This record gives sequence, C-alpha cells and structure tokens, in this order.
Amino acid sequence: MIRTAGTILRKDLRLELRTKESVPAMTLFTLTVYVLFHFGLDRDSLDGDLASGVLWVTLLLASVIGVSRLYAAEREQGGVDALLLAPVDRTALFLAKAAGLLLFLVAVEIVAVPAFAILLLGPGLGGALPELLAILMLGNLGVAAVGALVGALAAESRARELTAPLLLLPLLVPLLISCAQATEPLFRQEQGPEDLGRWLGLLTLYDVVFVLLSVAVFDYLLED
Amino acid sequence: MYSKGLKPLAAASAVLLVTAFALVFFYAPNDADQGFVQKIFYVHVPMAIVALCGFVAGGIMAIRHLRSGDPAWDMRSYVAIHMSIILGLGVLITGAIWARASWGHWWVWDEPVLVSFLVVFLLYCVYYPLRFSIDDPERQARYSSVFAITAGAFVPLNFVAVRLAEAYTHPRVLSQTGGSLPGEMRLTFLVSLAAMACLFVTLWKLELTAKHASAELKRLRRRLAERQPAAVA
Amino acid sequence: MPAIELDGLERRYGERAALAGVSVTVEAGQTLVVLGANGAGKTTLLRVLSGLLRPHAGTVRVLGAELPGERWRLPRLVGYLGHDPLLYRDLTGRENLRYHARLHGVGDERVTELLEAVGMERRADEPIAELSRGMVQRLATARAVLHDPALVLLDEPRAGLDPAATELLEPLVGRGSGRTRVLVTHDIEGGLADSDLAVGLKDGRQVLAGSVQAAEARALYS
Repeated sequence: MIRTAGTILRKDLRLELRTKESVPAMTLFTLTVYVLFHFGLDRDSLDGDLASGVLWVTLLLASVIGVSRLYAAEREQGGVDALLLAPVDRTALFLAKAAGLLLFLVAVEIVAVPAFAILLLGPGLGGALPELLAILMLGNLGVAAVGALVGALAAESRARELTAPLLLLPLLVPLLISCAQATEPLFRQEQGPEDLGRWLGLLTLYDVVFVLLSVAVFDYLLED
Repeated sequence: MYSKGLKPLAAASAVLLVTAFALVFFYAPNDADQGFVQKIFYVHVPMAIVALCGFVAGGIMAIRHLRSGDPAWDMRSYVAIHMSIILGLGVLITGAIWARASWGHWWVWDEPVLVSFLVVFLLYCVYYPLRFSIDDPERQARYSSVFAITAGAFVPLNFVAVRLAEAYTHPRVLSQTGGSLPGEMRLTFLVSLAAMACLFVTLWKLELTAKHASAELKRLRRRLAERQPAAVA
Repeated sequence: MPAIELDGLERRYGERAALAGVSVTVEAGQTLVVLGANGAGKTTLLRVLSGLLRPHAGTVRVLGAELPGERWRLPRLVGYLGHDPLLYRDLTGRENLRYHARLHGVGDERVTELLEAVGMERRADEPIAELSRGMVQRLATARAVLHDPALVLLDEPRAGLDPAATELLEPLVGRGSGRTRVLVTHDIEGGLADSDLAVGLKDGRQVLAGSVQAAEARALYS
C-alpha cells in the first residue's frame, strides 16, 4: 500500500512540476494577502496575536486553493476510474493525496513564512524558529489530512469549488485556534508566558483524530 | 413504519413542554443578577444540548448506514441533522437575545458553548449543498454519511478547542459555568431538557414518517405509470 | 467455466432501471457484441462487468468472481477500454503507461513492449495533450492490456483509428488475441461479423440475444 501511495504521489508531483497549477498559485495568493492585510489593517509591522492570526489565516486560505485542485486531474482525466480498475487499496490514494498536499504546503511556506517575516512581522524570527517549525509541521499535517478527505468529499458535488472551502474552513477552526495560540508568544516583542505544550497537544490530538477518521471513511468515497 | 409510537411520544412531549413552561414561569426563581431575562436559559441551553446530541446521533446513524448499506439509516441521519440545524438556528437566536439582554451586546465571544456552536452550525449548513448536488441516490447517501461522521466527530473536538481558547483568554468563564445551580433552577432545567429532547424525537419521527410516506407515494405512482401502457397494449 | 454469466442483471439509477433482466452466458475466448441505441445501457453494462458499477440484482459472475462481493478479484483479470482514455493529458505516453504498470505491479519492460506493439515508440515522450485522437486511442489500448487481462471490455475500440492502426491493434484486443471480449459498437455488420454472440438492448432491457441477424439489430435503433 505504501508503494502504491508512492506511485500515485510521484505521479502527482510530476503533474504539478509540469503544469505548475497549485503551488505557484498558492504562494502568489499568500503574498497578495499579506499586501491586503498591510493596507486593510493600515500597519507596517505586526506582532503578537495579530501577527500570528494574519500568518495562519493566510496559510489556511491558501490551502483552500490546493484542496480544491487536489482531485481535479483525477476527476477530469479519469484517474479515479483508473485506480478502481487497478488492484489498489483506496487508502493508498488518501495517503498519496495527503502527502502531496503536505509537500505543497511546505513548498508554499518556504516562501511564504520568510516573506511574512520580511514584509509584516515586527520582531525577528531568530530564536523562535525551532518552535515555529514544529507548529508549522503539525499544522500542515492536520490541513493535509482534512484537505485530502474534504477534497474527495466535495469532488462529486456539482458546486465543488464552493463546497470544498465551505467544508474545509469550519473544520480547520480547532487547528487555527491551536496554531495561532501556539505561535502568538513567539511573535511577541517582549518574552511573555508561553503555553506551547497545551496547544501542541491539542494539535496532535486533532491530527490523530482526522488521520484515523479519514482512513476509516475514505473507502466509501470515489466508488461507483 | 415510523408512525408507530408517534402518538404517545407526541403526548409526552406536550405534557413535558407544558410542565417545563409552568416551572419556568411559576417555580424557578428569578436570577439575582440578570432578573427575568435569565429564564431564556431554560430554552437556550437545552436546545443547544439536544442539537449537539442530534448532530452526534446523525453521525452514529451514518456509521450504521455505511456498515449496513441500508438507505433507511441515511434517511434517519439526514432527518436528525436537519432537525438539529433548525434547533441550531434557535440556539443562535436565543443566545443572541440573552447576550443582548444581560451584557448589552448581540454577540459575545467569551461564551464557549455559543462560539463553538456557531462553528458547528456553519459546518453543518454545508450539508445541504453537498447532499443535494449529488444526483445518484446511492452516492448521495454515502457521501452524506461520510460528511455526517466527519462532522459528528468534529463536534466534540471543536468544543474542546474553543473551550481551551476561551478559558485561556477569559479565565472567568470556567468558574461561571461550573454548574452549581440552586435546586429549583436545576429541576426546572432538567425538565426543560427532557421536554426539548422529547420534542426533538417527536419531530424526528414525524418528519421521517412524512418522508417515508412521500417516497412510498412516488414509488406507487411510478409502478402505476409503468403498468398503464402494458394494460393498454 | 463460462467467462461471463449474467442472469437477471439489474442496475438502477435512483428509481429508474438503467439495466434490467440482462441474461447471457459467454464462454472463454468468445466475443460478445452489445448493440443498442444511445442510452440503451451499453456502457452501463460494460461498467458493471468491469466492477466499476455495482449490480443491484441478479447473478453476475465474471471469470469466476461473483459480483459485487468478489469485486476485488477483477482488476487483475479485466482490461477496460472505455470512451475516456484514462490517461493524464500533461504526462507523456510512456509516463502514463509506467504509472499504470506500477499500479498493476507490471514491469517497465512491458511498457516498452506495448509502445512498440501499438506503434507509438517514436512519439512516446510527448504529452498526451499533443497527440491526435487515434494516437491516444492506441495508447489507451496499450493501457487496457498492460496486465495481459483474460477479459477485455471494449467501448467503440476503433474510434479515431485508421485501418492500419486497427490492424496493428488486432493482436492485442482483436479476436486473435485469445481473450474473451465484450464489444460495444454502432457498426452493426462489423460488430456481428466480429463476434460469436450478440445482445441487443433497448431502454436497459435485453430484447435480442444469441445469434442475431443484422436486420433485427437495426430495429433496435428505430
């Protein structure tokens, strides 16, 4: 199953490298939203909860683009039928899609987080980097699991471009709460009380719940 | 098949509702701080609890649908979610009235039940466009069930997250909802909760009976239409 | 053991029956041609036989696998060539075939072999989007027989092919391939000549079966 997932993932990465459909669009979107926040809030630099909120809301909105394109090639070019006609476990498809989305998010963040630090963040990133990376990774994992499930769920609906974000964003609220709350002390001007453990714990719980849940229900999607 | 037991259930709901109503107005004392307006609590909180339970129940019924493949369970899950969304609207409206009356704002963000309810409500509203934009009935039932299970598991998770966030920024909430109601208030609350739950089950059964009857009618009409040309020939 | 045994096959779309009462037996190595007007249920029948659609009633046995329960056995045994080539437009022919080969657990040398067999080795490294209809159909045919299936389900397999290409594909999906075949086509005479037995569908119901005359078959379309 891992091998099949690897095959599907490699195919998806190859398609993305060739068509450049998702990652550039997501990256461009985050940069544009930073500019919008600069003018919308009329602030040159942000810190604390405002900074952490802007960063996370922007990243989650960008993930919507990735999720709504995630199954586009399968749906439009018969990939789902092809998978059903092959001796392949459906869970492999979920794993491949979640891993693909995770890599897309990492690629976006490699540009988007430094850009945020340069454009909007008041205090330097410097010492907080390891903590921030841990939060980003756990956050990405959650978005990837929920996104791979929601993308498949919305893929059959006629208004899928609308259904996918409307399903995804409320489901991401607990993830946003944990990520934003965990990041907030890292972005403060002066060091304050941190409560990283609690939020990382909640984030881990969220990731575990959604990965298990998705694996459990994914078999019922994309069938005849 | 759903109409069995509907009448006694309806009668029980009626009795419980009247009792709850009487208790709220004549038995429960006025709240010391908030006065008469606090009594909306006896509608708001039971409604919220029943609606949340309804969402979770919808998820459990959806699990049964996926395991058995029986479309009846999908229909039960759908009606449970449908009823819970209607109640959910009531929760948000009564919550807003309560907030306005006691704090002067239509919306307060430091009430975790209300806030997490809003998130859950927004999520469940997408159930309709998702369900009704899938044409194939089997697939519709399956996808709806997957949604119901996902969202049903999300309800408690979301509640924990919102509660933690609010407790962190507004620590006073924790002590306030600590739940030490005086005896009269507690009795009134429990009766109101029972009445709301009973009402929910009654409406759920009623809606299922109606849905079942109209499906049956449609089926018979089709059978008739199929038979007519044959009879002529 | 017959390759395909259908008895009272039924597939509904909601309340409407897309297929009802289809009963036919195809022996191993035989070719069954499915005839009928647009919307008669031909593609639905192929999709049921491929395991993509679940039958709702009746007995369906394909190569010994009882459907829908033993659906998991089918992918290794059945090749499906439908309207849709099931190839990614932005990948090349070779990449597409390699992807499918990996999904089926088939080695890359089979891909090279098939690219040659369908006469596409020279243009195998161009994206599908840049190829003509007939070339895509050739690649789709190669895709359908990658895992050397015992049964092939062919929906208008000659669509877009010139006579030379048809000739070229004959050993893969023609009668000479030794595979059991189910063929959907609108070419009545050609289809009947190319098959051992026929099924005629009208509004999802089986109206003709067995050895069918061209004149009878033409009545299906009126």
